[in-house]
Amino acid sequence: MTRADDGRFPHNRPSCIPRPPMSTLEVHVWRGGTTGELRRYEVPRQEHQTVLDVVTFIQRRLDPGLAYRFACRVGMCGSCAMTVNGVARWTCRTHVSKVAQKGRLEIAPLRNLPLIRDLVCDMREFFDKWARARGQFAPTRTRRDEFATVLPSTATRREADAAIECIGCAVCYSSCDVVTWNPDYLGPAALNRAWTLVNDVRDGARGERLRSVAGDAGCHACHTHMSCTERCPKKLAPTASIAGLKRATAAAALKGEL
Amino acid sequence: MIDMKNDHRSRNHPGWWAFLVHRLSGLALALFLPLHFWALGQALQGEAALGGFLRWAERPPVKLAEWVLVLLLAAHLGGGVRLLALEFLPWRDWHRTLLACAAGVAIAAGLAFALAL
Amino acid sequence: MSAARRETLLWFAQRASAAVLALCVVVHLATMVYAVRGGLSAAEILGRTRGSGGWMAFYALFVLAVSVHAPIGLRAIAIEWLGWRGASRDWAVLAIAVALAVAGLRAAWAVFA
Repeated sequence: MTRADDGRFPHNRPSCIPRPPMSTLEVHVWRGGTTGELRRYEVPRQEHQTVLDVVTFIQRRLDPGLAYRFACRVGMCGSCAMTVNGVARWTCRTHVSKVAQKGRLEIAPLRNLPLIRDLVCDMREFFDKWARARGQFAPTRTRRDEFATVLPSTATRREADAAIECIGCAVCYSSCDVVTWNPDYLGPAALNRAWTLVNDVRDGARGERLRSVAGDAGCHACHTHMSCTERCPKKLAPTASIAGLKRATAAAALKGEL
Repeated sequence: MIDMKNDHRSRNHPGWWAFLVHRLSGLALALFLPLHFWALGQALQGEAALGGFLRWAERPPVKLAEWVLVLLLAAHLGGGVRLLALEFLPWRDWHRTLLACAAGVAIAAGLAFALAL
Repeated sequence: MSAARRETLLWFAQRASAAVLALCVVVHLATMVYAVRGGLSAAEILGRTRGSGGWMAFYALFVLAVSVHAPIGLRAIAIEWLGWRGASRDWAVLAIAVALAVAGLRAAWAVFA
């Protein structure tokens, strides 16, 4: 095993220890509110560098006033979602080498959400729509009843499981043009969650939920652009869930239940 | 001021192009229909009236427009069948294949019409 | 009628009419490719459609399906690209549907009678 320059680390040094920079990145970051500007920074380029590393470097070394969100930084929480070169992504899971065209990065907040400052959006509307789509489980049993038995192999559970991993990062919501064109549109995440509950045999609010998702600017406003499915970092397909809601609401309406 | 909307960079994927073609072709066809119905309605004035319109339609720019309309109709048909499949059939990861088929149908219809002219 | 019921039935009507139109358009495209060979003439068209109950029924079905399908599509464009909210939009869309049906059935009759 060869030793590195400083004699303390093996040849595969951790990337958190900076090497002399191979080059610099030209990074344009949105600063301010809706009235603001893209401000230019020069950031040393590292191997295995993520966009979150870049934003963190700017805030710690160049401009402490930069506001941004992150938490786990390992692709589990979705807090670090931002618009990178025009596309909504998790910055902790986006390698600079993959997205920096000609050594240039543009980092902006998520779209379709009110801006608080710099790279931080107000997520309330995103979660309010979740509630409006009746995205909460409605229990039918009490602690005195037996546990419900739900086999993972049943058709309804497989439908729910295919969509259940959503962590509410808002990348899909940011990517959806129908949300932009129709601000009341519930959006892919809220509808995706509603679909998992429509398929939950334990849930007691099916009728109310179908009514909630079918209203003006509900599931029928989806025109299958599939930007949500294209951009979801968990590789979910909200388009599929919304198609399921369309079928379920139509069946209910034709049976006079809606 | 920041343009808080998505731009071409986030829209540059197959599903979005499929949507745009479908919407614009549908819009064009909807705008064309009244003209189409009026032209055929000329037959109420007799065969000569309809024949007069068809002779006017022999002019090359009109023939080109006709061919474009056939393409638009075939594209809208292909895209529409794709949407029916995506919304009603069990979900599979085949939206790109479906799009390729839709595009194929449109090109085939366009070729058939062009060759028949 | 609640918004939920209305939006759902409009969606369903558009997909049902789409299925009907898929069949009609395939027939129509094939007919056009066939008819346009050697040039279009009034005599050739009317020779096929005059007195033909079959063609009349086909075109009547085609027209009715389009009169349902196109306005619902235009409604979505009105909401998303024109920002047209409220009842006036739906009345305008209904008017377009009626106008298309009337003009289309007139045209179908014109080539039948």
